[in-house]
Amino acid sequence: MTYRRALVFVATTLTVISPQAGFAKPLRHGGKLLLTSGISSLEGAAGGGLTPWAVIAGNETNEGIGLSVHGTLVEMTDYDYQSAGIALGFRDRLELSYAHQYFNTNDIGTALALGKDYGFSQDVIGAKWRVAGDIAYDRMPAVAVGVQYKKNNNGAVARLLGARQDEGVDYYASISKLFLSRSILLSGTARLTKANQLGLLGFGGDKNKNYTLQLEGSAAWQLSRHLVVGSEFRSKPDNLGIAREDDWFDAFAALAVTRNVTATIAYTDLGSIATVSGQRGVMLSLQTSF
Amino acid sequence: MSLLFALLLLQASPVATSPARPYAVPGEEAVDPYTVEDVNVGAKPFDGDGMAEAFHGQEGIRRIVDRMVTLSYGDSEIGEIFKGHDKVRLKRTLFEQFCYILNASCIYTGRDMVRSHKDLGVHRKDMNRLVELLQQAMREEGVDFQAQNRLLSKLAPMHHDIVGR
Ligand code: HEM
Repeated sequence: MTYRRALVFVATTLTVISPQAGFAKPLRHGGKLLLTSGISSLEGAAGGGLTPWAVIAGNETNEGIGLSVHGTLVEMTDYDYQSAGIALGFRDRLELSYAHQYFNTNDIGTALALGKDYGFSQDVIGAKWRVAGDIAYDRMPAVAVGVQYKKNNNGAVARLLGARQDEGVDYYASISKLFLSRSILLSGTARLTKANQLGLLGFGGDKNKNYTLQLEGSAAWQLSRHLVVGSEFRSKPDNLGIAREDDWFDAFAALAVTRNVTATIAYTDLGSIATVSGQRGVMLSLQTSF
Repeated sequence: MSLLFALLLLQASPVATSPARPYAVPGEEAVDPYTVEDVNVGAKPFDGDGMAEAFHGQEGIRRIVDRMVTLSYGDSEIGEIFKGHDKVRLKRTLFEQFCYILNASCIYTGRDMVRSHKDLGVHRKDMNRLVELLQQAMREEGVDFQAQNRLLSKLAPMHHDIVGR
């Protein structure tokens, strides 16, 4: 009877996201202030580049449905990474996202006996609910909770590295606020995860098989209506004996080219990845949203 | 007696007005009676005169408000909401409000935000649109972006009294 459960879920969701008056009111899409839904993070949720914020993807307000699509490239010392994804925002309240991530080992693949240009990939399906507050209008910060289901497509190799599973679920809570009087946005996220390098190297490991609590944060300064610069931090688990994992940092600039296009460039320091340390590089991300 | 009256009149300067001022000034439509009070303005003013300077004093504030009101009435998205409402009064009261908040030596004599926006059916999207038009007016006046956001930080919390009323 799973279809019935699915129906109940869809019906409840629609009821919750529809206006108090019911279905009669027509939707009005768009209308968010520039840059207030952030960009698409690596795992597809709206936020900074590395971490989700308590904002909902898309340009909609509480009256409409919004959409964002993104593509991201990271060129590291020895690897490269690409991801693409799509996110839907319902009434600036609920966000559903999908991202496909691809991580290419380039020459390191040979050294790891996986073959040159061996690639790891995974799919991430996310849901985020803004529980309370609003980043710009309320004195209270915005608060959101989210889940990310991740399915790694290279389970066998991940297990060779010591991973326990090829799928996992992250749970997180984010709190974000734009301090207009200072033009500064601060955001913090607490995440429960088993994922090794986002999940690209599987979940759990020989060193630790359980969930660990990780902290993530962003600080951003709005220089103009179109331009934001900032910095981010993301702590990471360290579950694999042979492949140490480090915390991540970045410094970024995001430009709202138009109401519908945001371009981001970042310098990233991702530490040690898949046995090779010192992975620094440049991240480029392009997002279009409606 | 008449001396006292004259003294009272003297105190009522053209900008800083006493509560005895009529609810509407000549050239404006009549409005239902209400009490003129500082709290009607909906925010605490800034200290010092840095913000007044950033907005180029009363003249700058007047240009910004006039421009914002003109843009609002003509806007394809929110113009409809303003249609039929007294533009002369809105320009005066909004000027007083911004001038008071920016600490540029004004008194606010308009109604409180709940009363002013009751039954207008303003949504968040409309609020965002008005913010954009205000941003445009401030940009055209050449107000520094950080100072623009500082004014917005005073206006943003008012959305509770304006949206969904
Ligand atoms: C923070 C944002 C806002 C502020 C500070 C503000 C301020 C004011 C002030 C001072 C008045 C005049 C009060 C009086 O006549 O005594 C007023 C009236 C009015 N406002 Fe706003 N307002 C805001 C947002 C909005 C929005 C978003 C809309 C619609 C899109 C809107 C539409 C109107 C209209 C139509 C009137 C005239 C009401 C009447 O004639 O009775 N306002 N507002």
